[in-house]
Amino acid sequence: MGASPTVPLPAGAALNAPKLVISGLGKTFRGDRGDVVALKGVDLAIGENEFVSLVGTSGCGKSTLLSIVAGLENHDAGSLAIDGKAIQGPGLDRGVVFQSYTLLPWLTTLGNVEFALLAAGKSRKDARDIARAHLSLVGLDGFADRFPAELSGGMKQRVAIARALSYRPNMLLMDEPFGALDALTRHHMQELLARIWEQHRLTVLFVTHDVEEAVYMSDRVAVMSNRPGRIKSIIPIDLPRPRTYDMTGSPEFARLQREVLSEIRAESIAIAALGDALT
Amino acid sequence: MPGEKQEQSAPPAFSSGMFSLTATVSGRRFITIAILVFLVLGLLWWGVAKTGLVTPLFLPSPEMVIARLQELAASGKLVDDLIISVYRISLGFLISTIFALPIGILIGSYRAWEAAIEPLVDFIRYMPVVAFVPLTILWTGTGDAQKFLIIFIGTFFQQVLLVMDNVKSVPRDFINLGRTLQMPEWRILMRIILPSAMPAIWDSMRISLGWAWTWLVVAELVAATSGLGYRITTAQRFFQTDTIFGYLLLLGVLGLTTDQAMKWGHRRLFRYLRVQR
Ligand SMILES: Nc1ncnc2c1ncn2[C@@H]1O[C@H](COP(=O)(O)OP(=O)(O)O)[C@@H](O)[C@H]1O
Ligand SMILES: [Mg+2]
Repeated sequence: MGASPTVPLPAGAALNAPKLVISGLGKTFRGDRGDVVALKGVDLAIGENEFVSLVGTSGCGKSTLLSIVAGLENHDAGSLAIDGKAIQGPGLDRGVVFQSYTLLPWLTTLGNVEFALLAAGKSRKDARDIARAHLSLVGLDGFADRFPAELSGGMKQRVAIARALSYRPNMLLMDEPFGALDALTRHHMQELLARIWEQHRLTVLFVTHDVEEAVYMSDRVAVMSNRPGRIKSIIPIDLPRPRTYDMTGSPEFARLQREVLSEIRAESIAIAALGDALT
Repeated sequence: MPGEKQEQSAPPAFSSGMFSLTATVSGRRFITIAILVFLVLGLLWWGVAKTGLVTPLFLPSPEMVIARLQELAASGKLVDDLIISVYRISLGFLISTIFALPIGILIGSYRAWEAAIEPLVDFIRYMPVVAFVPLTILWTGTGDAQKFLIIFIGTFFQQVLLVMDNVKSVPRDFINLGRTLQMPEWRILMRIILPSAMPAIWDSMRISLGWAWTWLVVAELVAATSGLGYRITTAQRFFQTDTIFGYLLLLGVLGLTTDQAMKWGHRRLFRYLRVQR
């Protein structure tokens, strides 16, 4: 199989050329206490403007995969390319949203977005205008001069999303961006992100361990195996767009959710040290 | 009305006042408690001295100490001692800080530099500073340079390690943010790591300033012809316990004042950390 890395092309929404192609990707962490094979033989292709979620048990290598795509981490086997060009380190073509918000505490919300724009080479005036526009995109018009210490978790993450979108990357990488939020706030954030994405299409790779979230947001859900992580299966989500919160109650939604869940469940039971307790 | 009575019922049993583990204390009350402790100890001192059980040679009364301080102030000696000592600690601490900051930041940011410098600093740090006094006198004589050197040896190595730790605790994702924005390494260092570590570094400086006071007085006790420490040694030679007491209290006040000033600076400079609207 390794000889011809046939990469499954995305179905449905992504008849377009693949934006990101990952094939045979492997990553081993070498440490004093032995090596950890985090990823082995990861094959995944994501179409232009496609929203793909990556789900899997904790420690299966989701963050590692995302970091490699972001160019923050190197890999030691296989290849990955964006628009046919191999990824060499981080770049402004990819915006990253970390779970830990990563707002710089000494800058205001506006300052945090401007920070990215100035780094991307915008003039002071342009940076200010674009930053304001993006704060307004995430509904934080009135919070431009607040400091991160004054914001709730959900607000912080909205600033981080505004910042990642502000310099117009054509790919957005998000690592459990809503993982630290309470359930209600998380739902609001999902709706907001879905709406922004539906209006301003771009390619998204979205890591989550929340199956409902994955189904609600995505065009396709990629399920990873336990460590060493690889893409175990890909489930197309052909729910109509725009997604609305009512859809989460539909039988089709429930069916898709069950399908994704059953894929993960096998992996989860395997690492949960439950023995025969659930069989 | 019966309903009204119920609303005024006692506070729930789990809040057991000021002395429960998680209780908060208002700023005003905090200061009141602190001042009270000082007053009680002062009174105790005054009371014991008053009984005459302890000879004034060992424990002079507060009145004697205050009188002596007034006398020293009137003759101008007190101010002279203060000025020279403050000059020495300011310059000594400044020199130490100027060297410690870049080196601490360097070894906190780059593992290879840490390997080169940290073990060495740790090694020297464990050499007792007082043992350097004879050496520093051999090297530089008994002038101000020797005081700077002792303050430097006493604070620099500690500062380097503190700053290194401060820089190391900058979240990894902050650095990753800079990388995803394709910022050059030095810019990440200057624009992200440094401002992020600054509040903690400020606190490290505050703590090491306290140590610097100790080393200053040590240096002045051993070899000096002026300064607070020098006055204490001469006082001992003439059995002027009241002078010693007065200067010790003065040193305590100076330490407390600089510490509070640094804390105040922290609140001003890093207001963004605790803004509440
Ligand atoms: N820097 C690292 N050094 C060593 N091992 C690591 C490192 N980062 C991650 N790992 C290991 O790689 C595996 C995958 O981690 P990660 O990608 O964070 O998982 P996930 O995000 O799916 O929970 C885990 O077993 C983790 O302990
Ligand atoms: Mg993770």
